[in-house]
Amino acid sequence: MRRSLAAIAGVALVLFAVGGASAQRQGSASSSSARDVAPIDLTGYWVSYVTENWRYRMVTPAKGEYRRIPASPAALPIINAWDPVADQRAGNQCKSYGAAAIMSVPGRLHITWQDADTLRIDTDAGTQTRLLRFTAGAPGNKSASAPRPTWQGESNARWERVAAAGSTAQDPAYVSGGSLRVVTSNLRAGYLRKNGVPYSERTTLSEHFDIAPLPDGGTLLLVTMIVEDPVYLNVPYVVSPHFKKEPDGSKWDPTPCSSTW
Amino acid sequence: MFIDVVTRLVRRVRPAGGPHKAALACRVALRRDLREGGRLVLAMAIAVLGAIAAFAQTNQSPLPSQFEFVGSWAPLGTEDVQNDSVPVDYLGLALTDEGRTRALSYDESQKSMIERQCQGWGASYMVLGPFGLRITSQSDQQKRLVSYTIDAWEDWMEMTIWMDDRTRPSEHALHTQAGFTTGRWEGGALGARTTHLKAGFIRKTGVPLSDQATIDWRFFRHGDLLTVLMVARDPVYLAEPEIISKSFRLSKVPLDFRDPCVPGYEGREPGDDVPHFSPDENPFLDEFMKLYNLPREAVLGYRDTLYPEYRKKIKNTYVPPPPCTSDCGVAGNFVRRRAG
Repeated sequence: MRRSLAAIAGVALVLFAVGGASAQRQGSASSSSARDVAPIDLTGYWVSYVTENWRYRMVTPAKGEYRRIPASPAALPIINAWDPVADQRAGNQCKSYGAAAIMSVPGRLHITWQDADTLRIDTDAGTQTRLLRFTAGAPGNKSASAPRPTWQGESNARWERVAAAGSTAQDPAYVSGGSLRVVTSNLRAGYLRKNGVPYSERTTLSEHFDIAPLPDGGTLLLVTMIVEDPVYLNVPYVVSPHFKKEPDGSKWDPTPCSSTW
Repeated sequence: MFIDVVTRLVRRVRPAGGPHKAALACRVALRRDLREGGRLVLAMAIAVLGAIAAFAQTNQSPLPSQFEFVGSWAPLGTEDVQNDSVPVDYLGLALTDEGRTRALSYDESQKSMIERQCQGWGASYMVLGPFGLRITSQSDQQKRLVSYTIDAWEDWMEMTIWMDDRTRPSEHALHTQAGFTTGRWEGGALGARTTHLKAGFIRKTGVPLSDQATIDWRFFRHGDLLTVLMVARDPVYLAEPEIISKSFRLSKVPLDFRDPCVPGYEGREPGDDVPHFSPDENPFLDEFMKLYNLPREAVLGYRDTLYPEYRKKIKNTYVPPPPCTSDCGVAGNFVRRRAG
């Protein structure tokens, strides 16, 4: 009996050891935090470089225009009833600054590590804060507490690595870069655009954060956003705003949410 | 070790006396060992979960996903990179004075000239055009990757991305619409650079791109999404790089956009003058501005209009256009309505 239990313990130890060793190969240590194993550095100040969707981002489009957004029939009455003054009066001036829209709002991002497993994004436009939590569960899992929906919702994050097609670990093409994947849910209903194109509380936002070198020596942050809303979108809405890295926060200019501008 | 444990379990169910005693002993031993076996299964399950947890603690996928570039990629159409193709729309561009002047001299009727109808658009049209991508790969006899090819469309030339570290040709070598492109895997993405571009356009509205331009590409794949990032530099016509990203979705159906371009008579005879405007007398100068109440400096592609500070600058002067109530285009858009 004792020998059997010892054998069982042995098997368990071996499997733990295998798991631990594999984990060490993935990162520098089995207990490494998300910050320790980050394949890319997203921290710092970033400024929107608005070369796409200018007319929908830099100015407020006309009421009723939702071009390029695959709005469902259920969205049309809301689009046509948009009333920014009423939103402001009701305290909903941040409706176009929620997670599904905030990265497209022209402004600056300040990305920092709040702790070893939480990446924090502050925006000066609308003074919003996003917390991207690296948890052990699959991205998109709601936390057990399921708090009230918020503008920025709950974001689960994980690093993703990509290797060249057909390559093996011995190939030069087997590269060490990576990407950040974030899935956000539990969102308070908001607007995809300033002029009242809606998304619902059932929205799920998936994002991929990638960086790329710029020819002048700078760095570009590209955020590919996939907004899925079974209520107000017919198909996923995909956009990819980009940001240039800035040397410091000297241009950081916090401005409150506004429903009219 | 696992085999050893199983062997010991099997040994312990051997009979120890006569047939009856042996059967009884066997049942008792079996029951006991099943209990122990259950513990073993439980311990193994815990251990496996522990191993999974150890993977998860690294906060990243345990193995890198493979970036397969080859395939058909369908456009999504949710990004507005060309706007409405209304004349004199240079939104989202940082032009030099020379670039702006040259753009203002452009008359879209140039594309009606029989010798220009099939001229097509330059490499940047990969992300600025409406079509998807069909990508194939080519290998040598040793099955080493030599190149990727992005197939042509009706008005866009096939682009080859050379992956074999070949030398870039002389700067005096032939310049084409597609240019010369080399690529390499960098940081989990495919990076590429295009040079040797023939002088052409970066917008259908006549914004020029010179033959000194360079385009850097980066192809990111996330699941069934391919996001193409373009960074175009031009020392002649662009004051800052033009950066455009566009996503495509993997198509299960092979895509083919290679319809041949067939020129036809569109009202201009061979040998006619090239249609153009004097830059300061372009009759469409105000059309796009009036259509959407847009500031002149933004429509004409001034550099400052690309940064958030500009949004604050026009906060008190910009007035949104009234809603479109009749003769509207798609999705409440004004493109079909012309300002009076």
